[in-house]
Amino acid sequence: MNKPAYMWNYIPLLMQILAAVGLAGFIIAASWFIGRHRNSKVKLAAYECGMVAQGDARGRFSVRFYMVAMLFILFDVEAVFMLPWAVIYRKLPATTGSRFFGFWEMLVYVGFVLVGFFYIWKKGILEWSKDKADL
Amino acid sequence: MHLVLFLIFAGLCLAGALNLLFQRHPINSALSLIVVMTSLAVLYLLLGAEFLALAQIIVYSGAIMVLFVFVIMLLNVGAEERTHGSRVAYLAGIPGVLALFAILASIFLSLTKNLGSAQLGGFIVSTSDLSRVLFRDLLLPFEVTSVLILVAILGAVVLARKEH
Amino acid sequence: MNTLLLFVLLSLLKVAIVTVILLTSVAYTVLLERKVVGRIQNRWGPSRVGPFGLFQPLADGIKLFLKEDIIPSGVYRPLYLLAPMIALGCALISISVIPFGAALRVHGVDLFQIADLNIGLLVLLAVTSVGVYGIALSGWASNNKYSLMGSVRATAQMISYELALGLSLVGVVLRAGSLRLRDIVNIQSTHGMRSWNIFGGFQFVAFFIYLIAAYAETNRTPFDLPEAETELTGGYHTEYSSMKFAMFFMAEYANMITVGCVATLLFLGGWSSPFGHLLPVIGGPIVQALLPVAWFVAKVFFFLFLYIWVRGTLPRFRYDQLMGFGWKVLMPLALANIIVTSLVLAIRG
Repeated sequence: MNKPAYMWNYIPLLMQILAAVGLAGFIIAASWFIGRHRNSKVKLAAYECGMVAQGDARGRFSVRFYMVAMLFILFDVEAVFMLPWAVIYRKLPATTGSRFFGFWEMLVYVGFVLVGFFYIWKKGILEWSKDKADL
Repeated sequence: MHLVLFLIFAGLCLAGALNLLFQRHPINSALSLIVVMTSLAVLYLLLGAEFLALAQIIVYSGAIMVLFVFVIMLLNVGAEERTHGSRVAYLAGIPGVLALFAILASIFLSLTKNLGSAQLGGFIVSTSDLSRVLFRDLLLPFEVTSVLILVAILGAVVLARKEH
Repeated sequence: MNTLLLFVLLSLLKVAIVTVILLTSVAYTVLLERKVVGRIQNRWGPSRVGPFGLFQPLADGIKLFLKEDIIPSGVYRPLYLLAPMIALGCALISISVIPFGAALRVHGVDLFQIADLNIGLLVLLAVTSVGVYGIALSGWASNNKYSLMGSVRATAQMISYELALGLSLVGVVLRAGSLRLRDIVNIQSTHGMRSWNIFGGFQFVAFFIYLIAAYAETNRTPFDLPEAETELTGGYHTEYSSMKFAMFFMAEYANMITVGCVATLLFLGGWSSPFGHLLPVIGGPIVQALLPVAWFVAKVFFFLFLYIWVRGTLPRFRYDQLMGFGWKVLMPLALANIIVTSLVLAIRG
């Protein structure tokens, strides 16, 4: 009996993914076949609390939502860089010889990103209620 | 075992990429791109790059593609209208792409010795190995990334602001 | 080959058992919520089906399966059906990296964890970030104004709070030096409560950031803007009926349970007892193996109760307050927490 290799650990993860997706698909199918269907034109219309739906539901939205998604990408990249840094942080002094090496390198990194953060703050991108935003 | 998985996910990746081109509605194309990104993550995993695989899913499938889908939702982008395209595109484009592919493939194959080769499922790179390289040996590129993020923030604000 | 076969079979068994337990817990969390919110509002809650209403989840399940399954004519069918699958699928996947008790290996298979990965924490973040599509696509595919507004709101809210959530975890990783969930718990189980991240690790700020961000991530009160019924009818699931609606519902509760598990693992010492080594060793090996699981379940139950308590207590935020709070309070606070934690760790060496 040899020891299980580390990569085997991904087999149960794959199984769980397949089980979750399979279960979800099964519920969708079961729901369709078990429930009865007595359709009428009104029943199949979009539900707007009894009013007849006017026009296309898909309109245009404020540019603020776009800004949120855009800024999310940028700060998410920053967060993803922080995790491997956190993993190595306590071992860095031993390999670099300086106790604050890890601290300063991340402070410089966060500093640049914070400049951008204060810029969007001052530009009012983060204001949702007032119209003083430069959008 | 690893080769079978590699072939499955490489196939999925290519199928997603082709579907991206052939679908007419942008949201279907965006979803195909998510499939491409996620299969790429599995390919990274097969090469032993655990952290990179998950970062690929978090950043590409979970952040960049959310922006794509979100913009399609926000702008009410409809199905694209197909035109036949110009004949030049067919005559020059397809041979051009094939030629480019052939050149790149031959370069990579001839330089295998210099580039080194990756092994499927042979070893695993731990996150601390990756961090040791990234935060000690490649410190400057890492710090420059933050400048890149800063520039991107400024660019996003400039793109979205009101015309004065 | 024999080892591999045994490994696969045992893993299959684990996946089946954990999924069944999770789905049962989801059903009974719904019942618990209805009971507790009922008592908070001076009502009884469900009490007719079975003793104390204990069979209510079963009755609800049968009712939802038998309901008419309506697919409105205006929807974009493939994505309309795909959206609840993504939502429920992602909610069920994250449980696979969570350890429920101290490592106990039989034939090399960990009994209390489905997949022990070195990057378990990243898997949780990745599943959270992909789960956004379920809600984004459901609103878009429904072709209904309320649904679309609900899902645009929900997507913006979830991605905003995902940032604070991700940054709040960095302090924990700094202390443990690993992304493996078992390592993160092991470093907290040396001196009982004193070594938990929330107390001894000085991560209480990160804990509250995580908790608030997780409430927004799961679209629960006071951040349940996506389904604010007074303005948006049902939000993103307005056009869903029968079990398709129930899938969103199940996904929400499964996510609540996962959040409770993760908060327990990262901040409250996971399965370790609050009294640590002070408690005498009692019972045989079976009791020793199951006692940590009991501690874990008790802590997760505490978080589920907290969820329900908050729902019964707090009113809903306004949307501009919600976005402002996420970006202007939680984000800077999370960054400050990382800087202070790393400074303290550097000084202490």
